Amino acid sequence: MFPNTHTMKNFVQHAGAARRSFITLFLLLYPLTVFAHKRGGEAIGFASGFFHPISGLDHILAMVAVGMWGAQLGAPAMWVLPVVFPMVMALGGMMGLMGIKLPGIELCIALSALALGFAVCREARPKLWIAAIIVGVFAIAHGHAHGTELPLGASGVLYSIGFVIATGLLHALGIAIGLVHRWAVGRIALRVAGAVVAIGGVFFLWKAISGEAV
Amino acid sequence: MRMRRPRLILFWLTLAIALIAAPSAHAHLMNTGFGPFSDGLTHLFVTPEDLLPVIALALMAGLRGPRFGRAVLFALPVGWLVGSAAGLLLAQPITLPVAETIVTIALGALLATDRPLPLAFVACLAILLGLFHGILNGSELPKASSSGQISSAGVAAALFVTVSLLGGQAASMRVPWARVAVRVAGSWIVAIGLLMLGWAMRVPG
Repeated sequence: MFPNTHTMKNFVQHAGAARRSFITLFLLLYPLTVFAHKRGGEAIGFASGFFHPISGLDHILAMVAVGMWGAQLGAPAMWVLPVVFPMVMALGGMMGLMGIKLPGIELCIALSALALGFAVCREARPKLWIAAIIVGVFAIAHGHAHGTELPLGASGVLYSIGFVIATGLLHALGIAIGLVHRWAVGRIALRVAGAVVAIGGVFFLWKAISGEAV
Repeated sequence: MRMRRPRLILFWLTLAIALIAAPSAHAHLMNTGFGPFSDGLTHLFVTPEDLLPVIALALMAGLRGPRFGRAVLFALPVGWLVGSAAGLLLAQPITLPVAETIVTIALGALLATDRPLPLAFVACLAILLGLFHGILNGSELPKASSSGQISSAGVAAALFVTVSLLGGQAASMRVPWARVAVRVAGSWIVAIGLLMLGWAMRVPG
């Protein structure tokens, strides 16, 4: 694949030695004392962003279901869907932050767990672009809701990093669960898990329609 | 040559530490107490706005192969040093958060799509990124003494180490799913950039 494997080996070997030095240097130089001072909202920065996506069950169910559905569909959907979701969700978050109003967000979020759970339960196999659009629409709704809820005074960059990492890890969890699909028993278990997610979606849909807080 | 699992875990751990440990978004240097070189050295790792595009570019160059990695390894720090020298000549600090974020999104998208690019194009990207961030950084550095130049050297050293680590790791990946994992990291950088863009244009209330 690469024409000059000898120099590549050298490059990699040097990188290995440099990596060890880097980690040591980083740990030595990393100034923990700076945390003694409260500055531009770090206190509600990374940790707040990281815990936001995992603080709501509706969001958790949808994220994990995206990963499970991707794993069920196999490559390339296994990685296309989890790549599409954070990017489109961030787009929704950006619209929320900018104050752009979108109708029916709560309903769409509630529907996401139901639809994605149903897709996993039924082992639905639409074309990749259709699956990506379905996931994208729900991602906009989830992102928008989070964008409008982000706390004032937080460090925006760190919040965003924490938020995206947590969302990505939820997808990874879904993919990890979905890997049981390679076994016959696992396929049944996955469909049952999809049904559980869909039942959760029904609950959230009922709450959204009745106007109750989840 | 397959990438061993412990090495891959270490790679992601390093990346996670670098991202998580960045305690704030400050264009100005933090005082480490070890002098201006260490201040500059630390600056990259505590400034996510600078670190994210560098991570994206280093990984993208690594995925394209060792030649690309080596080009970025030298072009980026040199561009950054030249940019810092130019920034030091400016009387007023410059802050362009939206432009910085758009650059981050673009580089993240290039990493996520993993399209074949000419070597010259990637080298030019590295120089331009270095010049752009270097000017912004340099304009914030102290101009009264030589500490500004020494700090810039520290930043360049940090860039060299970061690109060699991440680019080297990405270049050594042969397993298809490992390359996909790196591309997923690109999509995460795009997502972070989009949220940062929204944050920069946030409507209160």
